[in-house]
Amino acid sequence: MKTLASIEQTATGISNIPIWEMTTLESLAVLLIVLATLMCLYRLLFGPTTPDRIVSADTLSVIATIMLCGIAGVFQSVLYLDVAMIYGVLSFVGIIALAKAIEGDKS
Amino acid sequence: MNKRISPPYILTFFICLLLWLLLTGTFNREDLLTGLVVSALVAYISAKNLLILNGLIIAPYSLLALINYLGYFLWALLKSNIDLAQRVVAKEIPIDPAMIKVKTTMQSDLGKLILANSITLTPGTLSVDVTDDFLLVHWIDCPDGTSIEQATQAIAEDFEYYLKGFLK
Amino acid sequence: MRLIADCFFLLGALFIFLGALGLIRMPDVYNRIQAGTKAVTLGAMAIFIGLFILFPQWGAKLFIIMGFMLLTNPVSSSAIARSFYRSGIKVWHHPSKQPQEDNKQ
Repeated sequence: MKTLASIEQTATGISNIPIWEMTTLESLAVLLIVLATLMCLYRLLFGPTTPDRIVSADTLSVIATIMLCGIAGVFQSVLYLDVAMIYGVLSFVGIIALAKAIEGDKS
Repeated sequence: MNKRISPPYILTFFICLLLWLLLTGTFNREDLLTGLVVSALVAYISAKNLLILNGLIIAPYSLLALINYLGYFLWALLKSNIDLAQRVVAKEIPIDPAMIKVKTTMQSDLGKLILANSITLTPGTLSVDVTDDFLLVHWIDCPDGTSIEQATQAIAEDFEYYLKGFLK
Repeated sequence: MRLIADCFFLLGALFIFLGALGLIRMPDVYNRIQAGTKAVTLGAMAIFIGLFILFPQWGAKLFIIMGFMLLTNPVSSSAIARSFYRSGIKVWHHPSKQPQEDNKQ
């Protein structure tokens, strides 16, 4: 049973971060994900039409959830997984609300 | 919707309890008690709006059918991604998209939902709209003059065969 | 053990990268939705499997996130596709052929 103070220390990461040595394959994976995020951002900023921006925002939110899980692995703290879960739920609700709002003024 | 079947209180309660146990991961007395109370409350409030769960068939063999379906589904997901990767990397993208209709024989709403989900994640198809008996599907590489029967056979039939095991 | 997990990470990142590339290269909103959804879903699965190999004690939470993503990702993409279709966005057809009649009935 962890005390509250130790949980807080792990979460804020001020001290006692276990050092994570990144292997070559992992840095390659991180590089690929960063490139994917940049391409999604390009679609989000310069997308020709509004629907393109919405699609790219949807993809970006899922990529952000995956990155939060990766951060949980790097900092070796299980709390980031909760953050990722809540983020996923909220982005799903947001996308559904957006779709309903687009559809609503027509039907 | 069938009014005679009572709302699935028990099923909602057990799903909530299972989620609680997986999330907390402990079997302490206080945690377990809190989980029981909260799941009962959630089931009492929301189960009458969850008539969609009536589509499940509760039977011993349905678990086996679920596992069978999951295996087939994951294989289809992998195949679709390899297909998509080939299309994206090609110099000139080989696509010929069209909207087509597909007939479904699933009875319940839950069955249609899972079928539409599966169609979205299989090679080259994206389900767009659901009406009573038809799904509107965006097919990325549609051959010319495809009829409803051919499209149904190509897209939906395999999944329906697996889904019939545990959904109405 | 670390090597297997790294292979899963790399596989997932590769699929996510290809999906984002499809998001750039595809000519139409519907095709972009297809590329984005499929690739990102499988990439997420692969990365979660890799995390599960490295940290087996997080299995329950990873399993919940994985199931949630598998269930809601196609739903959200289908919902936005439906809203676009109902608000009248046309499907892109190959320029070499006449716009063929969709079999509406």
